[in-house]
Amino acid sequence: MNVQTPPEKLTAKDFATDQEVRWCPGCGDYAILKAVQRTLADMQVDPEQTVFVSGIGCAARFPYYMETYGFHTIHGRSPTIATGVKLANPELDVWVVGGDGDMLSIGGNHTMHALRRNVDMQILLFNNEIYGLTKGQYSPTSQTGTRSPSTPYGSVDRPVSAAQFALGAGGRFIARSADILQKHLPVVLQRAYENKGASFVEIFQNCIVYNDAVFSHFTEKKVASDMQIHVEHGKPLIFGAESNKGLRMKKDLLELEVVTIGEDGVTEGDILLHDETNRPAAMLLASMQPPAFPVALGVLYCDPAPTYDGAVHDQVNAIKGDKGEGDFDKLLRRGHTWEV
Amino acid sequence: MSEVTALERPEENRDEVESAVVRFAGDSGDGMQLTGTQFTLTAALAGNDLATFPDFPAEIRAPAGTTFGVSAFQINFGARKIMTSGDDLDVLVVMNPAALITNLSDVKLGGIVIADTGAFSDRHLSKAGYTENPLETGDSLDKYRVIKIDMSRLTVEAVKEFGLSNKEALRSKNMWALGLIYWMYGRRRQASVDWLNNKFAKNADIAAANIAALNAGHAFGETAEMPAEIGGYSIPPAQIEPGLYRTVTGTDSIALGLLKGTQLAKVGLTFCSYPITPASALLHQLAAMKEFGVITFQAEDEIAAVGAAIGASYAGSLGITSSSGPGIALKMEAIGLAIATELPLIIVNSQRAGPSTGLPTKTEQSDLYQAVFGRNADAPMPVISVSSSTDGFDVAIEAVRLATKFMTPVMLLTDGYLANASEPWLIPDMSTYEPFEVEFRTDPEDFAPFARDDDTLARPWVKPGTPQLAHRIGGIERADGSGHISYAPENHQRMTDLRAAKIDGIANDIPEQEIDQGDAGDDLVVVGWGSTYGPINRAVSNMRLEGLKVAHIHLRYIWPLPRNLGDLLQGFGQVLVPEMNNGQLVTLLRAQYLVPAEGFNKVNGKPFLINELEGAIRGRLEN
Repeated sequence: MNVQTPPEKLTAKDFATDQEVRWCPGCGDYAILKAVQRTLADMQVDPEQTVFVSGIGCAARFPYYMETYGFHTIHGRSPTIATGVKLANPELDVWVVGGDGDMLSIGGNHTMHALRRNVDMQILLFNNEIYGLTKGQYSPTSQTGTRSPSTPYGSVDRPVSAAQFALGAGGRFIARSADILQKHLPVVLQRAYENKGASFVEIFQNCIVYNDAVFSHFTEKKVASDMQIHVEHGKPLIFGAESNKGLRMKKDLLELEVVTIGEDGVTEGDILLHDETNRPAAMLLASMQPPAFPVALGVLYCDPAPTYDGAVHDQVNAIKGDKGEGDFDKLLRRGHTWEV
Repeated sequence: MSEVTALERPEENRDEVESAVVRFAGDSGDGMQLTGTQFTLTAALAGNDLATFPDFPAEIRAPAGTTFGVSAFQINFGARKIMTSGDDLDVLVVMNPAALITNLSDVKLGGIVIADTGAFSDRHLSKAGYTENPLETGDSLDKYRVIKIDMSRLTVEAVKEFGLSNKEALRSKNMWALGLIYWMYGRRRQASVDWLNNKFAKNADIAAANIAALNAGHAFGETAEMPAEIGGYSIPPAQIEPGLYRTVTGTDSIALGLLKGTQLAKVGLTFCSYPITPASALLHQLAAMKEFGVITFQAEDEIAAVGAAIGASYAGSLGITSSSGPGIALKMEAIGLAIATELPLIIVNSQRAGPSTGLPTKTEQSDLYQAVFGRNADAPMPVISVSSSTDGFDVAIEAVRLATKFMTPVMLLTDGYLANASEPWLIPDMSTYEPFEVEFRTDPEDFAPFARDDDTLARPWVKPGTPQLAHRIGGIERADGSGHISYAPENHQRMTDLRAAKIDGIANDIPEQEIDQGDAGDDLVVVGWGSTYGPINRAVSNMRLEGLKVAHIHLRYIWPLPRNLGDLLQGFGQVLVPEMNNGQLVTLLRAQYLVPAEGFNKVNGKPFLINELEGAIRGRLEN
């Protein structure tokens, strides 16, 4: 019997390039990069079958720091280039990385169509609610009233919710995490990787220079337990420092409410169980905002469907099976021909 | 199965003519395109050379009887080589007053106008803008031979036995008109009969009614109900190279060429496009070639289409995108990315009249500036053009060859005229096409993503998934060799120079420019590109028959220009550049070679007429 040397086990370091990382000191992107590298190592993915595609923005520098194949493209268009990669070679494992401006403003259209087509790829949206690379203008996810160089008196337009948008576009996998959740984020990333189809992950990311602490009202340690709910499929939607708060449906209304177990006769049995295949429930979870509600994190929705790239190739193969491999000389002579 | 009934008239009673130009014009719903296509097929089967020009409205279902709803199909067919769809009409068939008012001025003096009097109702006359019936009053038709036939009534009578409603019966009147024109030119009806039987295989009554109408129109001519002076014509077969023929539009030949090119290169074809007139037909054609492994993607917009094509090329297939001028404008930033990252890509531009929406169904060749110059920064890219409906095959193959050999986007320029116009095509022998198989880089030794081939300056093409070659590319300036992000000033200078040198070097890879007609040093050379080939060729040959020393040069390669073109042009007395734009190639030639080239320009949405070009040439040589 041959003695097989086990393949060397990849570590997070094996996914790091020799390029100097050029984000601002203290940027949340560092933590996300570390989590992604660790997740890929944990799952022992093949770096050479992996492609990172990005658009433009701070987050979009990501591929240069990943020891995989990588393509840093143009503003907003990364989902289109990633779609082309999957059409040409569905075997490749494709990750799309971008920020809120890239993927919800200039590239919002492409994000929508990648999701509705269910192209098999992971879409990581680093949401920092600001334009970083262009020096601090408000973004489509900025809260109304955000003061920025382009809105010195405060922005007047209303923000888009990334997770609700992704659900509305027909996405089949919608999850959320945050840069500082170094235990939670790899679990979410792993789920995204394992899902076949477009896996949309919104990662709340702090921009220390232009929008510092914009998420502190639910990420700071002292409020995190009361202002975050980590959803898990099949488990009750319970949160709070004392794990005694929960979510339930309001009687006769399509609305959630926060209740306290042990008060007003509420028992654990009254609390909703998280069903990640329930799209309307996912929409309710995605819409929750502090202070009335906690922010829902984890896999809000996962209900796999056939992938676009798979369907395209299945169709080609079926036609080849039906008609036989194309014969060019026959194609040239198809239709009316005549001899002179 | 219905059969041909009337007998063919013997050839000897007919006037032999060398060529003829016939136009069928009617309402969008009158089936004029179909009628023209059938006449084309029959002319080809009779051995004539031919060229066609379908001209249809932008509106999908324009209101019946309106001038903007007129659809026309023109064919020039003859016993000699046919270079264009024809200047003036010998025969105009009009199915309603709107078709008459919009087409009459194109009929030559003394030409034949055949009108369906049954459609000249007060309502249709007024919709077309006539205050009185020109068939009955006024002098507007005095210069023509007018044949007034109530085709509507005769069609309804001819199909009576099939029990169709009046409306259904009238749908066959285009076949009645076709039958009459078949008689006029001594054409056999069998091919159209076969076609009708096949098309309406599931609806025998409709097939039979259409064939009855076709036969009735033919019999109308045959039984001498026509005016005495119109006794029918005959057009002998042309001297045509022997072989197997089919007809192709420019779209057909480009689609076939793209597929053949990727086969010769041994790469996959990923075609990504967004619907736009007149480019959509290319998407339709390639979408129907899936048994060849062709992947087609109808993207959400023009930018997504080019983005997906670039992604496909990055992944090791050949990405191809297609559009018309406004869509190409949207793609330009992404084309810059493909230039920067040096990935192969083909962009097919079916030019139309603009700017903006312009005249979507009308032709123009006004995107030369856009193709050569229309990007931010120094972003050179090869540009090649299609000069006839059949030429698209070789040009598309050449686009694939250049894109893969030089790792560059290539823009292929065609136009709305070529997209729809058809010509007979001698089906080429595929064994004469040399393969040019792509070598993907797999060797990790000394691998650098932006190291260059000594000859072509092309960088290696690596498929993601290749072991030990993982690397990153992107739109930020890349360090020479490694491809890492580099903001170093001297590196940007070097990379800009290298990108330019790579594209300039293509001039050494392509053939030297040949003179299509005439001799170096002639008094005047007409320099053209694209779909103006036909009219320039004929105009120059006519002028040469008159003894004028005129030459014709037609460019396939717009950028880089052929390496000998400058010297060639310097030798001619005058340089005349006819274009369906406001003067684009002429500016390029003047800038490149400092030659006193002069433009001759036309932008009315229609191809050049031969006599317009003859006038321009004569005017310059007789002064």
